[in-house]
Amino acid sequence: MTALVGAAASTGPPTGAEPPAGQRPRRRWSPYLLLLPGGLWLLLFFVVPSVQLAGTSLYDRAGSLEQGYSQTFAFGNYVDAIAAYWPHLVRSAVYAGIATIICLVLGYPLAYAIAQKAGRWRTLLLVCVIAPFFTTFLVRTLAWKSILSDNGPVTGFFRSLPFFPDDFRLLATPAAVVCGLVYNFLPFMVLPLYASLERLDGRLLEAAGDLYAKPTTTFRRVTLPLSMPGVIAGTLLTFIPAAGDYINAELLGTPNEYMIGNVIDSAFLVRLDYPQAAALSFLLMATILVMVFSYVRAAGTDEVV
Amino acid sequence: MAEDLVLENVTKTFGGMTAVDDLSVTVPQGSFFALLGASGCGKTTTLRMVAGLEELTTGTIRLGDKDITGLRPYRRPVNTVFQSYALFPHLNIEDNIAFGLRQRGVKDTKKKVAEMLELVQLPAFGKRKPAQLSGGQQQRIALARALVNEPQVLLLDEPLGALDLKLRRQMQIELKRIQTEVGITFLHVTHDQDEAMWMADTVAVMNNGRIEQLGAPTDIYEFPASPFVSNFLGQSNLFAAEVSGRSGDDLELTAHGERFAAPSARAHSAEGRVWLGVRPEKVRLALPDEDAPANHNQVRGVLTDTCYAGVSTEYLLKTPWGQEMSVFSANAAAGEPLQPGTEVVAHWYPAHSFVLDRAAGQGDDVTQYSADPLGVAP
Repeated sequence: MTALVGAAASTGPPTGAEPPAGQRPRRRWSPYLLLLPGGLWLLLFFVVPSVQLAGTSLYDRAGSLEQGYSQTFAFGNYVDAIAAYWPHLVRSAVYAGIATIICLVLGYPLAYAIAQKAGRWRTLLLVCVIAPFFTTFLVRTLAWKSILSDNGPVTGFFRSLPFFPDDFRLLATPAAVVCGLVYNFLPFMVLPLYASLERLDGRLLEAAGDLYAKPTTTFRRVTLPLSMPGVIAGTLLTFIPAAGDYINAELLGTPNEYMIGNVIDSAFLVRLDYPQAAALSFLLMATILVMVFSYVRAAGTDEVV
Repeated sequence: MAEDLVLENVTKTFGGMTAVDDLSVTVPQGSFFALLGASGCGKTTTLRMVAGLEELTTGTIRLGDKDITGLRPYRRPVNTVFQSYALFPHLNIEDNIAFGLRQRGVKDTKKKVAEMLELVQLPAFGKRKPAQLSGGQQQRIALARALVNEPQVLLLDEPLGALDLKLRRQMQIELKRIQTEVGITFLHVTHDQDEAMWMADTVAVMNNGRIEQLGAPTDIYEFPASPFVSNFLGQSNLFAAEVSGRSGDDLELTAHGERFAAPSARAHSAEGRVWLGVRPEKVRLALPDEDAPANHNQVRGVLTDTCYAGVSTEYLLKTPWGQEMSVFSANAAAGEPLQPGTEVVAHWYPAHSFVLDRAAGQGDDVTQYSADPLGVAP
């Protein structure tokens, strides 16, 4: 039914009468035709590589690039990978989780202000949110390296405070990695939040006030529930890439802060241990999927209109 | 102790524009009070000030003895039925209705919510979401959500504006019934004169941020106080006239060389330049060879147009001085309707006339009848 309506909308106003015989197949097929380019893309560049990667993850690790690998369905690769690198997996989830929460705390008021209070400054502020994207990820993270460096102003400020030791440092700590993640993924939080807060009907807020709700209650009972789609989209768009990120840990941390992305990176490119790298990639994907599913279930999307 | 709603010298300006201009009015407790006016006349602004959604520029608003001028909306014992309904889309109907009760810490909301659903005749709708209801049903829920809090004043902001004609009639009857049943003061804002006349005990006709006339609907209709009111509430034939004398209880008037009479009790102005007015349905038509009653005001004319509207026919006729005049005739008489081009005499009982003040120069060039000569109709 939905498909038919969609088809009718794309080929002209529905007439209600029987369409001419020659047009019927095209109408029925047009939704699939529209899906075709995206579907092909996903098939070629996601499904096929995934299957190949799954195969690689089960190769015998005794092989090498030069000698070739033999397919032995070595599920032990996964056990080995977990045994060796579970701290990195946990660390990835924890860092990404903390970064997501900080992004939400910073991003929600920002998105709210832009959507509801900014008036004619709205577009300019949105451009400011997106502006960092004009520089590359790598350069931005390198910039943070100098911001947080031992001789930099931020560390200097903290060192001048009481209770902070003179050798206090920010760079090469977990805090620095989380800082980098927050900075780099904040726009992914702000934009979906903005989209849902911008649609928020101000009259509903007036109605809540009229029905004796204090501003804080209005926020808790009306604004927040109605912006939940934005919160969910924003947290997912922040958490998923942050969990797989390795640049921030590489540039702002030490091997003690390395995340699973760093391990995969080195397994593929340094140690050339393809089966383990592939197994770790799948483990990361599985971890993220499990966390996302339980999160979405807990957040209860069906409560949201 | 009557908890009347009192507005005293209330003014609201937006930038340089005055939306509400030194308005003073008392809404008696338990009354159905309508603020009637065209869009932009300040009626909605007035309502929003009572609700606390707009701040007053100057003036005070009191409920009984209590000054509520500076109170935040959530501290006022008033509730609003919004024009757009503003139901919370993420809550079901029960939770929507219980919203206000819960904010005030009422524990057992179930019974009250059920009573309200009963009152608005949607008892089985509690578990649905607002999006699953039709416009008329959403409107009733908005009403229930406000009424359940038993406010001292219920504010209705064009609550029926989005409904189609038939549903609107039905809801008007419903609203009137509910108001009688609960006995709460209703302050109703509307641009629909039929709606205001039909439902309200008292109507205040607003224009340019001021109240032009306030009174019972029949009083305002039968004896409007200004040309604006005479044509905003229904329509009127207005003739530019001068008072030429008195005979007994009647004023003698001259308009365009013709002589007319009107009771001085129905004159807002008894000397100099005036408007002589008469409602179209009070006027009857006679053919020149018939005898129109001698004591009636008479205007000769030629029919220019007839509009058949089922229950009545509207005749337009052109007076000797070129002004068009409107006459409504109930379709009760036998025989053919009069044809355009027929010479007729329009006549009416002098007691049906009303006399309004006319500023110098105003109306001297009014020759054209218009259903909306001042351009005020919604």
